[in-house]
Amino acid sequence: MKQLFVFIRKEFYHVFRDRRTLLILFGLPVVQIVLFGFALSSEVKNIGITIFDQAHDLNSEQIVDRIKTSEYFILKESVNNYSEIEDRFQEGRVKCALVFPPNFGADLYRTGQAQVQIIADAADPNTAKILETYLSAIIGQYQHELNPNVKIPYQIVPTVRQLYNEEQNGSLSFIPGVIALIFMIVSTALTSVAVVREKEMGTMEILLVSPFNPIMVLIAKAIPYLVLSLIDFIIVLLLSAYLLDVEIKGSLLLLFGESILFIITCLSLGLLVSSVTESQQAAMLFSMMAMMLPTLLLTGFIFPLENMPKIFQVISNIIPSKYYYIIVKAVMLKGLGFEYVWKETLVLLGMTTFLLGLALKKFKIRLA
Amino acid sequence: MSDVQVNSLTKTFEKGSIQAVNDVSFSVEKGELFGLIGPDGAGKTTLFRMLTTLLLPDSGSATVNGMDIVKDYREIRRRVGYMPGKFSLYQDLTIEENLHFFATVFNTTIEENYNLIKDIYVQIEPFKKRRAGKLSGGMKQKLALCCALIHKPTVLFLDEPTTGVDVVSRKEFWDMLKSLKQQGITILVSTPYMDEANLCDRIALIQNGEIMSINTPENIVKSFPNTLYAAKAKNIYLLLKRLEADEEVESCYAFGEYLHFTVKTDGNENDLLNAIAERHPLDELELKKIKPTIEDAFIRLMHENTIKVTADGE
Repeated sequence: MKQLFVFIRKEFYHVFRDRRTLLILFGLPVVQIVLFGFALSSEVKNIGITIFDQAHDLNSEQIVDRIKTSEYFILKESVNNYSEIEDRFQEGRVKCALVFPPNFGADLYRTGQAQVQIIADAADPNTAKILETYLSAIIGQYQHELNPNVKIPYQIVPTVRQLYNEEQNGSLSFIPGVIALIFMIVSTALTSVAVVREKEMGTMEILLVSPFNPIMVLIAKAIPYLVLSLIDFIIVLLLSAYLLDVEIKGSLLLLFGESILFIITCLSLGLLVSSVTESQQAAMLFSMMAMMLPTLLLTGFIFPLENMPKIFQVISNIIPSKYYYIIVKAVMLKGLGFEYVWKETLVLLGMTTFLLGLALKKFKIRLA
Repeated sequence: MSDVQVNSLTKTFEKGSIQAVNDVSFSVEKGELFGLIGPDGAGKTTLFRMLTTLLLPDSGSATVNGMDIVKDYREIRRRVGYMPGKFSLYQDLTIEENLHFFATVFNTTIEENYNLIKDIYVQIEPFKKRRAGKLSGGMKQKLALCCALIHKPTVLFLDEPTTGVDVVSRKEFWDMLKSLKQQGITILVSTPYMDEANLCDRIALIQNGEIMSINTPENIVKSFPNTLYAAKAKNIYLLLKRLEADEEVESCYAFGEYLHFTVKTDGNENDLLNAIAERHPLDELELKKIKPTIEDAFIRLMHENTIKVTADGE
């Protein structure tokens, strides 16, 4: 027991004395959360808009005022002709423009109908579509306020609720994915590198020619990374809660339990990688290619699985992170209990048992 | 009873295409300092790895402390000390941490066997807070030896412990081995340096996975059959070419700043050298009779082996 303790302490020395490992361990979660939370956000906010107002009457200015007060748009300097609009688009300062024709207000009152033109930069079609919707909504609302008493005889009003994420917080959907990714990096990549380093340095030879049980080498390697992964998990949860205002709905205990299970899956993968590779680079590459890419692409975390060709959907079933992703989404974002995720948990448990068994079996007690 | 007994041990790599160790047999007595002398790639490391249970032999058997290297590998691992050729300690741990770690892994404490490593450890103790990666080659070897000794092994395997170490540290290292031997520890050491062979009780000359000769260093030198001569000239390359072409010369090879050669028919030394000087009147020619060294014996055996192999091939 004392041997194991001293071995684990040695592993922590390795981690805390290597700046690169430390950076990956504690820099990565922060960078990923900040990156996905702010930079790669799919939310549309603070979009530059320019106005080409040829009317300059009360109505056009009232509409512009509403746009100005909306948090979605930032009003940029107005323009005086179409070619200037083009220039602004090309400079990238604005993503949309609103054009009022010369007799906007007059037309509205005289003919009961006026036109306004929305021009959006469709180089990014999703954003353009969202901007169009926002602007139409602002104009529609204004129109409704102009004639508050008019009743359309038959009216269907759809009320929309975006469940589990009512405020459309874009951070929500990626956090489970980021957590899975971090576990893959820390538990799979770093652990495999840590074992292979012993082989590369030749220290494995000494460890094997000692009374220390070879299997204990694996356990002593795995435990520190289990602890470090959990610390990372807590960092991500804290960042999500306090930096991105994500509410963690489900039971924390369940979340931790499921996470420990998934960390053990990743650790088993890491140990497996270490027993089939001989150099640190190979271990790193193998972890990245075989483990992280599928996690990124085939768990539904960035690209929805439903849109993929059948074959990829089938392949995704053997990727452990897919199940973890489903579990975390259910527990953390929907607040569901164990009764809703037991199937996924069971699959994950089965995979872990298999991988761990394989890793232990593949571990070489000799050199060749 | 001998501490290490090796019977016809054979090991091949790459599905038998590379013969690393070929039918090797020898035995090492308790408390003996036994040297495996041979160039890089001779099979020394493979042999050590089989004896330390890290590799399984293709055929043959061996015992360490009377225990079989295949069956009783657990027990052997408990008892022997092993220092691999590559410096194998944790570079990012300090001297103290390394020693403490290995002591614990071997189920012992530094205090328990301190007397065994004391002589060596006091030399590196002033730097005990320094990381192993920042140590000089000599200090690294001393630390590695301390770590290999900390559990009081019955047999110590040292794989090229002095490779890459300066001359002074090498000498110190061998002095340490002698004092360890006096404490009754059987030591097997491999080295590519022929000058270190003289410091062993017995040596095995190994080449291409085969042992060419096993004896005490003195006997190996004594067994050199011919008289050995050294030659030197201003143009040493020309001299080498001419001696190789000389009918009377049996073998000739470069050895440091001299050429060493033997002749086919030994006779009166002075007559012989005069005759050679007459046949090859080169500038600054210097000829003398010398005592053969282990390296001369090794080169001779190697040469004979090659001839034998060629003859077998025909």
